[in-house]
Amino acid sequence: MTTDTLATARLLAAKIRRDVLSMLLDEGQGHLGGSLSIADLMGVLYGKELRYDAKNPHWEDRDRVVLSKGHAGPAWYAALAESGFFDRDVLYTLNDGGTMLPSHPDRLKVPGVDMTTGSLGQGTSTAAGMAYALRLKGSSSYVHLIVGDGELNEGQCWEAFQFIAHNRLNNCIVYIDDNKKQLDGYTKDVMNPFDLVEKMRAFGFHAVRVNGQDAAALDAAIQEAKAVQDSAVAIVLDTVKGAGVPFFEQMMGNHSVKFNTPEVIDEAKRAIAALDAVIEGSEA
Amino acid sequence: MFTMASDRSQMGRELRSVVVETLQDLMKTNDRVVALEADLGGASGMTKIAATNPDRFVQCGIAEADMMGIAAGMSAEGFVPFTHTFAPFATRRAFDQVYLSGAYAGNTINIYGSDPGFCVGTNGGTHTSWEDVALMRTIPGAVVCDPADDVQTEWVVRAFAEMGQGIHYFRANRKAVRNVYAPGSTFEMGKGNVVREGDDALVITAGQLLSDALDAAEALEAEGIGCEVVDMFCIKPLDEDLILSAVAGKRCVVTFENHGVIGGLGSAVAEVLAEHGISVPFRRHGVVERFGQVGSPHFLQKEYGLTAEAVCATVRGLLG
Ligand SMILES: Cc1ncc(C[n+]2csc(CCOP(=O)(O)OP(=O)(O)O)c2C)c(N)n1
Repeated sequence: MTTDTLATARLLAAKIRRDVLSMLLDEGQGHLGGSLSIADLMGVLYGKELRYDAKNPHWEDRDRVVLSKGHAGPAWYAALAESGFFDRDVLYTLNDGGTMLPSHPDRLKVPGVDMTTGSLGQGTSTAAGMAYALRLKGSSSYVHLIVGDGELNEGQCWEAFQFIAHNRLNNCIVYIDDNKKQLDGYTKDVMNPFDLVEKMRAFGFHAVRVNGQDAAALDAAIQEAKAVQDSAVAIVLDTVKGAGVPFFEQMMGNHSVKFNTPEVIDEAKRAIAALDAVIEGSEA
Repeated sequence: MFTMASDRSQMGRELRSVVVETLQDLMKTNDRVVALEADLGGASGMTKIAATNPDRFVQCGIAEADMMGIAAGMSAEGFVPFTHTFAPFATRRAFDQVYLSGAYAGNTINIYGSDPGFCVGTNGGTHTSWEDVALMRTIPGAVVCDPADDVQTEWVVRAFAEMGQGIHYFRANRKAVRNVYAPGSTFEMGKGNVVREGDDALVITAGQLLSDALDAAEALEAEGIGCEVVDMFCIKPLDEDLILSAVAGKRCVVTFENHGVIGGLGSAVAEVLAEHGISVPFRRHGVVERFGQVGSPHFLQKEYGLTAEAVCATVRGLLG
């Protein structure tokens, strides 16, 4: 990746953060923390990494994305809108009755969404099936599977990882968003994940840990994963729930945020203004 | 004995708080009651039990099937487990564990499936259950309840704690719903309640739709249609005797449920009517061949035709 494309990825991440905050503020509530923690990954994927055609979302040769932690849908929708899959205005219909943008991604409703998710754990198996099918078809497309660290509590994830590793599906890159929190608190208090890199290695993966908030590090890890020949690959993202907005990073209950006090609304508006300034600065 | 609330327009306590506070109260006198959560303690308020009764709260993480198995194991060792997660995850997702480790193995699992049907709101289609009652009804010996308000929810939780072996499932909103019953009302498991009498139509319902059914009955009466309303909060075991006595002389029967028409209250009532050879104009008013979607609960209730107006139209249609 050249400096230019890294800059594109970073700019896209800023736009995703701005859009997520704007959508959820407009909606009055939503899954903010886990959407912000994957903004940089989405920035790198849609800013450079992915093969896609926004005007032809079902293009056979596209790379697939499965957001198994489906509650972070707003971050994906922002990435898709900013990449031209649909109009940005549509973002503000999130969760409205009759919308094409439900809280959790729906492959029958949202252009660019390759798999329906929201019941945690299930995206992992469907991604495994897609990767297996792509290999059968002789396709060179990748499946990018994004999983939550809390989501890993679901046994189904480990069943899918078994299948991916056993079949050496290195066309399925598994990203674990290790933002250290789930709904009821820190993962180590709810259900200790222990060492995720060691766990993935024990399952037969080539696994690395990278700073998931750093576009350059993410890009390097993806290139490394793509160079792995004969085993499944996993990238554990060291991230912060609420990343990019200090106020929301520090908020303890930042899983689903309600924008219902002047303080929270103000902080969201200030963050949006700051991001707008960054975006205008880099586009100028 | 039950009495009706003095003002049906008032909202009661949040149902999740009712569940949590009732469990906390039960824990004072019953050292076998334990509460199990699947990382929704913040959403259900169950984490409050972790604060008051840390040794009775079991955090299972986002692993619903595992939670049901853990509950079954604790039951085998003499505990009385109460589990919570959203209704579809408590039923669809963990069904085999509830069925085998729970029911078949002779263990006890009390289950609170929250935000059933249109209560799901913006969590949307993946979190919607139009089939939880249908699934749970198929389990031999299971008890399945859909309480109408806070008073009845508290009664159900207390009754479950005393019931002994088996699968005991109740579904309820997490939020507050309108009052139906006066505080202190008591009920009987397996017995429905005639909450309003009427001569022409019979509406059998359950859960928070009882309030809407009563609204519908008032509207119909204003048109000169007498509408009897039965609260069948205990869908299994079903009060067959009440169905048979209430249907006598009625010109139509409508079941009204926040659920799909296959396998739920409507099916249960249809089975009784058919097996007793009762021929009466009949409709199962519920969700037909559809999945869930996002929207406010209010939007969804309308979208799926589960309003008082819609059930009035069904009754009028049957009376012709
Ligand atoms: C099967 C299932 N159980 C429960 C939930 C409710 N739920 C939504 S998000 C969440 C916590 C997810 O934690 P994590 O995977 O760490 O996501 P992140 O912190 O990245 O937002 C829970 C319990 C769900 N969506 N699906």
